Amino acid sequence: MRPEEGTIQSRARAIQALLELIPGDVPVIICNGFPSREAFKLADRPTHFYMMGSMGMAAAIGLGLALAKPTKKVVVLDGDGNVLMGLGTLGTVGALKPKNFIHVVLDNEVYGSSGNQPSYARVVRLDQVAKAAGYAHVERVREREDLVYEFKDLLGKDGPGFLLVKVSEQAEDVGWVPLEPSQITQRFRKAIE
Amino acid sequence: MIESEAFVQALEDIGFDFFTGVPDVLLAGVIETLLTRRLYTQAVREDEAVAMAAGVYLGGRVPAVLMSNAGLGTSLTTLLSLNLLYRQPCLLIVAWRGFEGRDAPEHRSMGQVMTPLLDTVRIPHRTLSDATALDDFNWVAQTFMKEHIPVALLLKPGVVRGIQP
Repeated sequence: MRPEEGTIQSRARAIQALLELIPGDVPVIICNGFPSREAFKLADRPTHFYMMGSMGMAAAIGLGLALAKPTKKVVVLDGDGNVLMGLGTLGTVGALKPKNFIHVVLDNEVYGSSGNQPSYARVVRLDQVAKAAGYAHVERVREREDLVYEFKDLLGKDGPGFLLVKVSEQAEDVGWVPLEPSQITQRFRKAIE
Repeated sequence: MIESEAFVQALEDIGFDFFTGVPDVLLAGVIETLLTRRLYTQAVREDEAVAMAAGVYLGGRVPAVLMSNAGLGTSLTTLLSLNLLYRQPCLLIVAWRGFEGRDAPEHRSMGQVMTPLLDTVRIPHRTLSDATALDDFNWVAQTFMKEHIPVALLLKPGVVRGIQP
């Protein structure tokens, strides 16, 4: 199934809507490629962890953080290629059920950072996989107003929550994240102490 | 032979307070002790485990990851582009399968290349032994705190109790 034309938003617009809703003290793990680069350009915060390599591991990093800081909400901004690569982690999250874990998947059905090669997300329903894995709340949205409503709802609920956001293939003109990785670690740890 | 209880206690005394990983038969005794102490969170892959460890460190706790050396291969790119690159330390407790070739065939290759592989990717490592255990744990504590990168403690068959040859 392809996203319907006209009702879909770009990933950057979806990220912007999400960052406007995420309180400044809530840590956000952002997957590699365009999602990190777009998020950095839209709003850089010390509570952002920009994952540059280790594709597939954003959810696992977020899960470790959520388990280490059980009283703090943790948001992961992930992509469909990342989730397919680290699919086992949906099982780990579903089994451990961290209440403070919110997994947002920006699904453009392509490997957008490497030339828009099609991903299997166009046939594999990642929201249904998350549901079967044991996430407490699972939603799938396209339009901005649905995204805002469902994400606010997840922020207020016990998780783990999973929000699949269908987005277009459009990418912003953005460069690499110009931060030293070790600096990202240091400022992130300090910001969420 | 080092008792599993003493092994886990030594690591707790250093400050490790979050243990994850993927089981290996050589680690069965240690994992049983960790489960009894409610310190162990199962992972499904070793790269997931080292990424969880990165998140745990970001959250201010001190992680250790248990794995076989086969899992070291699985987790290599994550160790390089996450834990090492971002300077996020964790202790890798690695079962040395294929030690001196005396193991099932599937462990031979990694058993041979494990220590040169760790040298190549610049992960400091030390092989635990009963006679030098105190020094080994001191080395873990000092290297971990000083370098802010993953360090590996290698477990040969028969060094920690509950580990089958």
